[in-house]
Amino acid sequence: MNVPDKKVQLTKGDLFNMFIRSNLHQGSWNFERMQALGYCFSMVPIIKRLYKGEDRVVALKRHLEFYNTQPFVTAPILGITAAMEEQKANGAAIDGGAINGIKVGLMGPLAGVGDPIFWGTLRPLLAALGASIALTGSILGPLLFFISFNIVRLGVRWYGIDYGYRTGTDIIKDIAGNKLQKLTEGASILGLFVMGALVSKWTSVNIPLVVSTITMQDGKIVTTTVQDIFNQLMPGLVPLIMTFACMSLLSKKVNALWIIFGLFGIGIFGYAFGLLK
Amino acid sequence: MEISGVQIVLIFIVACIAGMGSVLDEFQTHRPLVACTAIGAILGDMTTGIIIGGTLEMIALGWMNIGAAMAPDAALASVISTILVIAGHQSIGAGIAVAMPLAAAGQVLTIFARTITVFFQHQADKYAEQGNFTGIDMCHLVALFIQGLRISIPAVLVAMFIGTSAVQALLSSIPPVITGGLQVAGGFIVVVGYAMVINMMEAKYLMPFFFLGFVLAAFTSFNLVAFGVIGAVCAILYIQLNPKYATVSSANIALGQAAGTIDNSLSDDLDD
Repeated sequence: MNVPDKKVQLTKGDLFNMFIRSNLHQGSWNFERMQALGYCFSMVPIIKRLYKGEDRVVALKRHLEFYNTQPFVTAPILGITAAMEEQKANGAAIDGGAINGIKVGLMGPLAGVGDPIFWGTLRPLLAALGASIALTGSILGPLLFFISFNIVRLGVRWYGIDYGYRTGTDIIKDIAGNKLQKLTEGASILGLFVMGALVSKWTSVNIPLVVSTITMQDGKIVTTTVQDIFNQLMPGLVPLIMTFACMSLLSKKVNALWIIFGLFGIGIFGYAFGLLK
Repeated sequence: MEISGVQIVLIFIVACIAGMGSVLDEFQTHRPLVACTAIGAILGDMTTGIIIGGTLEMIALGWMNIGAAMAPDAALASVISTILVIAGHQSIGAGIAVAMPLAAAGQVLTIFARTITVFFQHQADKYAEQGNFTGIDMCHLVALFIQGLRISIPAVLVAMFIGTSAVQALLSSIPPVITGGLQVAGGFIVVVGYAMVINMMEAKYLMPFFFLGFVLAAFTSFNLVAFGVIGAVCAILYIQLNPKYATVSSANIALGQAAGTIDNSLSDDLDD
C-alpha cells in the first residue's frame, strides 16, 4: 500500500470535499445508470487533484459507469477508489478496470448490509420513536428523529470514507469475514423485536360488538364486547393477524397502496355497520 | 384560510427541499415527521403539522426505495395533505386518506423525473469528454433541482387554490361515515408499513424475536426505548451464542492432532 515518494497527494481538504459532495449522492438518480453521475460528482475533487489533461477525461469516464447501492455504504467505496486513484496517479500499476471492478464487486454485498440496517431497522426505529412523541404534539418528536438519524448517517459517511481510504483493498477481508453478517443479523433481530412491540402497542382496533350483558347482584351492568374477549386472550391479536395478512399479500406482489385502500375500506365499512369503533 | 404571498414562497422552498430529500434519501427532509412539521410551521399551526407528521410517519415506516423499486412518495403526500388539513380545514383522518393517492401520484412523478434525468446523464458524458468539471456538477445539481420542483410546483398550486370557495365546498361535502371510518382505519393502517419492513428483512428464522417483542408489549408497559435496549441485548446475545460464529482455536486443533497420534499407536499395538 505504501508508495515511496508521492508526486501528487490527496489532502484532507479533498477528502472533506468528497464527503460534503457525497451527501448529494443520489441527486441525479436515473433509470439508465442510476447513481453513476452522483458517484462521479463525489470523485470530482479527487480527480481534479490527481490528474491533468487527458488523464482527467479517462478518470471521469471511469466513474460515470453504472453504479447502485444503499447510499450511505457508498462511503467506504468512495474512500477505496480515492486511495486507488491516488496510487494510480503516482505510477502504481493499477488498471482502470480494476478500480471499477472494486466498485461493482462491493456495491452488491454492501447493499445487502445497508438496506436492512438503515432502511429496515435504524430509520423505522427512530421514526417510530419520534412519531410516538409527535403524536402528543411535541416538537421533540420530529427533532429526535431528524437529529439522531442524521448524526448516525453523517458518522457513517465520514468514518466510512476515512476507513475505506486507509484500508484500501484490504476491506475485502472484512467483507469475506463474519463482521458484516453479524451486523446485518443483529440489526434484523433488533428490527423484528421492535416491530413486534409496535404491532401490539402502536395500533388500535376496537370491535364493540356486544357479546353479553350481565346484571350483577349489586345492580351494576357488565357488558362484554368481542374486543374485551380478544384483550383477555391476547392484546393486539387483531392487528397481529392483520400484519400477517398484509405480509402474505405483499409477498404475492400486491401493491402496498391497494392494501392501504383496502384497509381504509374495511375501516369505513366497519364504522358504518358498528363493527368497528 | 387565506395563504399570504410570503407563505407561498416559504411553501415553495420547503416543498423543494422535501422533493430533493425524497430522491437523495439523506437528510430525510421528505419524511412526514420533518415535512409536515415544517409546512405546519409556515401555515401557523405547527402542532397540527407535528401530529399529522407523526400519524403519516407510522404509515410510511416501510416506504423505502430498494434497488430500482420505487416506494410510494412520502414528500408529496406529507406536504399537500398538511396544506389541505390546516388551510383547507379538514380533519386529520381526511388528511391521511388524501395522503395515500398523493403518495401514489408522487411515485409516478418521481419515476417520470428519474426518466428525464437520463438526458442529464448523457450530457455529463459529453462534459466528461471535454474534462469539464463544472459541466458535470451542473448536470447533477440541475437534475436534483428538478426533483425539488416535482413537489414544489404542485404544492404551490394547491396552496394558491385551497382558499377558493369551490374547493372548500367540495371538501366539506364529505359524509361523516367516511371521515369516521377513516379515523378508525387510522388505528390499524400502520400494519402495512410493519409488514413491508418485516418482509424486507427476509429472515423467517428470526421471527421468534418478533413474537417475543409482541408478547412483551402486550403484557408490560415498557416504552419504546426499553424495547430498543432489550432488542439490542437479544441481538448481541444471539450472535455471541450462535455456533455458526464460533471460531476453532488453534489449541483445539493441536489437541485433536495429539489425540490422533495416540490413537495411531494404539491401533499399531492391536495390529500386532
